[in-house]
Amino acid sequence: MGKTLAEKILSAKSGTDARAGDIVISRVDFAFVQDTTGPLTLRQFQESGFTRPASPQACAIFMDHAAPSPNREQANDHLFLRRFASETGCQLFEVGQGVCHQIVAEQFACPGDVIVGADSHTVTGGALGAFATGMGSSDVAIAMALGKNWFRVPATIKIDVTGRFPKGVYVKDLILYLIGKIGAEGANYKALEFTGPAVARMTVSQRLTIANMAVEAGAKVGLFPADEVTGAYLEAQGRGARYRPLQPDDDAVYERVIEINAGRLVPTVARPHTVDNTAAVTELKGTKIQQVFIGTCTSGRLEDLAIAARILRGKQKHKDVRLLVAPASRAVMEAALRAGYIRTLVKAGAIILPAGCAACLGVHQGVLGDGESCLSTANRNFKGRMGNPDSFIYLASPATAAASALTGEITDPREVL
Amino acid sequence: MTGALLRGKVHKFGDDISTDLIIPGRYARLRSNLPELAKHVLEDADPDFVNRVRPGDFVVGGDNFGQGSSREHAPLVIKMAGVSAILAKSVARIFFRNAINQGLPVLICDTDRLADGDELEIDLLGGTVKDVTNGAVLTFGKMPQVMVNILNEGGLIPYIRKHGDLKL
Repeated sequence: MGKTLAEKILSAKSGTDARAGDIVISRVDFAFVQDTTGPLTLRQFQESGFTRPASPQACAIFMDHAAPSPNREQANDHLFLRRFASETGCQLFEVGQGVCHQIVAEQFACPGDVIVGADSHTVTGGALGAFATGMGSSDVAIAMALGKNWFRVPATIKIDVTGRFPKGVYVKDLILYLIGKIGAEGANYKALEFTGPAVARMTVSQRLTIANMAVEAGAKVGLFPADEVTGAYLEAQGRGARYRPLQPDDDAVYERVIEINAGRLVPTVARPHTVDNTAAVTELKGTKIQQVFIGTCTSGRLEDLAIAARILRGKQKHKDVRLLVAPASRAVMEAALRAGYIRTLVKAGAIILPAGCAACLGVHQGVLGDGESCLSTANRNFKGRMGNPDSFIYLASPATAAASALTGEITDPREVL
Repeated sequence: MTGALLRGKVHKFGDDISTDLIIPGRYARLRSNLPELAKHVLEDADPDFVNRVRPGDFVVGGDNFGQGSSREHAPLVIKMAGVSAILAKSVARIFFRNAINQGLPVLICDTDRLADGDELEIDLLGGTVKDVTNGAVLTFGKMPQVMVNILNEGGLIPYIRKHGDLKL
């Protein structure tokens, strides 16, 4: 009987014949924290009696969620994180370097790795064929200390994607459609595995967007096969030597198979206050918004900024909309500067925020006022997520976001492309 | 399991209680000051919860309790409020594990039969929830042995401090 990607990776890393439902102790290749979960994690690490990680080079601390710090308390958290890094040899990524998940993709994740992060969107690394999953502080502290942790091997739902995306429809619309279809806990405790001809054609940037949101269906991982596209990306990022192809077995056992024809998708929006509350953009036409946010680990990469810049080039954002743009990493920021996208966006009226999480989680840089609505390219629209429980968050693609910035209301990007 | 018999009152919440509703990002500045952070537990779902909850009480949710962020502060502040167990029809994966790692039992059962304010008696070893107010008796499933072992030590950090290693 063949194996899914999740079973293959956990078999290799646990030294067992791992099957869905088994509980295994697996080696952890890379463990990380960010600045809002890091202080608790590192204190727990110390309380457990450890002074040094099993492998400091395999541990990283990212300052991205409240960066630059909006207040004294979080500035002091940053001090603690810096001190811990210098005392233990953990890798430190300073304020302005970018969102942890983007940097993990750019610099660390490789096919077959097991990666844990004290952040639910750690699943992003699945785009490169890594078993990457979010855990809480205690679990990440133990993974840092011991270089291992226990895992229940997830059953897998296979998502088979065929067809070609129509004009104005993007991978963000695909993942929103899928979450709307199976629900916010449709994949709870399970792996999502993305295959099919449309997946083979996707860039790594597109795969990262999809994998990132696997957790919004409750999934433990959102896994992609490692193929030539993965290999070329790793080569370009300077770690081509770590590429190896990784595919599920033909006779792997899936709990369920869902087929999606990308050619039939339409621009999709998640309405307040759950990610699975989706609708076609056409149903929401005319919904007024006061803020547009383009960025995050979901949709803040160069390709995303290119889509937005293309729509906004030579035009002006609506006068009643604040247009916030945060590149996912410093590398993205630099590439977007070289490509002229930042200039285009600024001329269209955008406010460029530092590379990092920015407005996504309501700690700074774009908290909403009472009754205000934001159209965001992020991954989560829960009540209170952007700092105010009396505000409303809609999630969509960078194209829908850019088109809506022009009009001040939710707008179908196919009208402006 | 620890504290085999639990008694307390139901504090009932709906479906999809997210970690943002349990402890929102706008209080991230208090995450290194846990007693202050805990004053805001579940504030956006029920502003009065923190005043009504008594030691030993239960947080009862519907489907997908704890969805969202990996912040372990979420079960931590619920535990700090004195809650002795969380009951729900289903629980998001990361939250479930985080609660156990904090030594806070999470019981999956048909919470539709429990109403706000009901008195419960929970037998952790026997796997039953008795609603003293309406007479209903519910059962909850077993969790993996590794989680029982962690819960028995009061959480993952105490477990590791005692055993020095992780074993199945």
